[in-house]
This record gives sequence, structure tokens and C-alpha cells, in this order.
Amino acid sequence: MAQASVDANPVAAQYIQGIADDALVYAQRLGEWISRGPQIEEDMALANIGLDLLGQARALLTRVGQLDGTGRSEDDLAYFRDERQFRNVHLVEQERGDYAFEMARLLVFSSYQCELYAALRVSSDPVLAGVAEKALKEVHYHRDHATQWVLRLGDGTEESHGRMQQGLDDVAPFVAELFEDDAASVAAAREGAGVLPSSLHDAYVDRVSAVIRQATLDLPEQPRWRSRGGRDGFHSRPMGYLLAEMQHIARSHPGATW
Amino acid sequence: MTRSTVAQAIADIPDPEVPVVTIEDLGILRHLEVDEAAHRVSVTITPTYSGCPAMAAIEAHIVHAAATQGYACTVDTRLSPAWTTDWMSERGRQRLLEFGIAPPGQRAGVTDGPVTLTLQRRLVACPQCGSTETEELARFGSTACKALRRCLACREPFDEFKAL
Repeated sequence: MAQASVDANPVAAQYIQGIADDALVYAQRLGEWISRGPQIEEDMALANIGLDLLGQARALLTRVGQLDGTGRSEDDLAYFRDERQFRNVHLVEQERGDYAFEMARLLVFSSYQCELYAALRVSSDPVLAGVAEKALKEVHYHRDHATQWVLRLGDGTEESHGRMQQGLDDVAPFVAELFEDDAASVAAAREGAGVLPSSLHDAYVDRVSAVIRQATLDLPEQPRWRSRGGRDGFHSRPMGYLLAEMQHIARSHPGATW
Repeated sequence: MTRSTVAQAIADIPDPEVPVVTIEDLGILRHLEVDEAAHRVSVTITPTYSGCPAMAAIEAHIVHAAATQGYACTVDTRLSPAWTTDWMSERGRQRLLEFGIAPPGQRAGVTDGPVTLTLQRRLVACPQCGSTETEELARFGSTACKALRRCLACREPFDEFKAL
């Protein structure tokens, strides 16, 4: 689609890229559940959730290509950047665990996105504000889905309760990174395009804690380690494998369309 | 006001996933302007969901419909204001029902309030037999915009267009 020329805004570009990369990488992970869900309905559910995230990522990456002055397309950005150029948090790149781990991760990530997109509806960047308004409805539905599974597994059998608790505990070290005020967020918040991640934290905690309690589970203890560095392009071991799978066709056949 | 042939041809394009309803019935077609002198059409569409894979097909169909009538066409895709099932026409709802898809009900709305963990019992009528004794099988159906239900009276499964 032809785009009118847009004034470059590296600050907003850098910020939006983090949000876009989170959505893109998690969409890729969720797609792995197709044919692996505990029920066929869950194959469909996670594929649909991944599709929503992919749609958000496409619109946002297109915007990044306009704002960073390079004129790169969504495909250029998705397929032809290397690991160090991705700004996603570690949470979304972690390998698939059992379904309880996935529902814990989805609860955390969708609850974060609900607060994020609600705040970004008034972003000074009109495209980001438009995506936020649209995506907010979608991520509420994702959060609702994760909530129902956490309740069902947590308040279920001894086995499901134990695995749901383990899922929450395993996800806990990756939560703090979502709410860290990295340099790009601080700069974008100052000019009105973004919000400080730390400002989203309290509402997130209230929401997730209520779900965990109602599911008869325990809030995870303060983890002994935590992830960091994703927003600066430093990633964990699974990221390279994920990118290899996501990018290899586009790189093996540059310019191919179907 | 009567519409030009080209405008009608575009408004009548069926949705690729649910071909009984047009893109106008669904509320996907937001704006349509025909410049008769220049033989140009400009169209604005909006997706039901961010990742809706039908958008590329819809755009291609619009360009094709315009070209068939001898018009050049530009299609602009907008996300804002965000699509809602409230934009669906009465005719669109009726056609969904006849096709066996329950039309969208009342929107739950996005609440910023306290945790809502209840499984609200919404009354969704079976498009086959009309019974409201139906239950949800899956919150995500064959496309992003639908959920799967079944009727406890006639035992038939059916799609429900999710209220958004």
C-alpha cells in the first residue's frame, strides 16, 4: 500500500519496535501450539490469539519502518533483522512448556498488554493510538481466556493445581522486565508517544493477584534471578532458534511471494 | 440518493469468509467516494480483527470490482475508529442467521473495573431451531470473529459471531 511520507521520529520508532517485537515473537511461539494443544479447541484458541498479535505486530512494524527513516517494510523488519536488533522481552521468547506454563505466560503478557494499550490510546503517535484502541478489545479477550484456564487448573485436581503453580513460578523471573523503564520508553514517554512501563505495574499486579488468589494458588515468591536486556537486544538461548525458524524461508528465497 | 454502478458493485462484494454478507453489511466498508470525472474511486476499509487474513483478499476484490467498471481505485485500511459489531446492518444480521451463524449479541464492553471472573450466561438462540438452550463449546472458532456453540435442544453445533 502506498504511504504518504512521514517525518522521521527515531524516539517513537525505537519505542514502538519494542511493542511490535513482543507481539511478533509471542505470535511465533503461540503458533507452535497448533496440533499440540490439550484439546483441538485450544489449538484454535492459541492460533487465533497469535493471529491477533501478528496483526498488531504488522501494523506496528510498518509504522516503525516509516518513523525510523529507513523506509523498511514490515517484512524487512520481521525477516531481515538479526537477533541483536530485536527489542522484545525475554518472556515471549522462552520455549514452550506445558499448558499451565503457557497459560501463566499468557495471563502475564495479556494483562500487561491490557494496561499498555489502554494507556496508549492517547499516544501522540496517531498510528500507535489507533492500534492500541483496536488491540485493546482483542487483548481483553486473551486475558479472559488465560484467566479461565488459570482458574480451572488452579482450582482443579492436585496434579493440575501443582502444575499451574509451577507455571506461575517459572514465569515469575520474566515479569519485572516488562515493567522496567528502559531508555527508549523514558524518551517516548517524555514526548507523549509512549508510557512509562513502571506506571502500568500496580494495575497489573492487582489484576493478576486477584486471579491467582481466586484460583487457590499462591503468589510466586520474589524470584532469585530476573531476566533483563531484551529491550537492548540481548536475548536468551531460545531466541536464535526461534528466529531461525521464523526467518529461514524468507532468507533462503529473498523476494519470494505466494 | 441512487448509487452509481461502481459504488454498488463495491458495496456488494461478499466477505471472503462469510460470503452471505457483504462488506457493507459487516461494516468493514467505511467510506466510498466516486470521482466520476476522473474515473477514480477511493475506498476506506477497516478489519474486524487486527490480524484478519481476509483483508488482502477484500482489498483485491475492491480493486477488481472498480477495474471491471473502468475505474482506478485506491484502498486505504484504517484501524481507528476500531470496528465494532454495532456497525453490522440489520440485513447483515438477518443473513447470518439464515446462513446458520448466530448474529452478535450485546457487547460486554471493555471494563476497567475490578476483576470480573464470572462466566456470564448470555442467551444465544440456536440459528437452526431457535432454542435458547445453547452452550459455548469454544471461545475461539473457525475465524477470529466467531465462537463455537451447540444447541442442547436440537443438538446441532453452530458458529456465533462474537460481539465486539
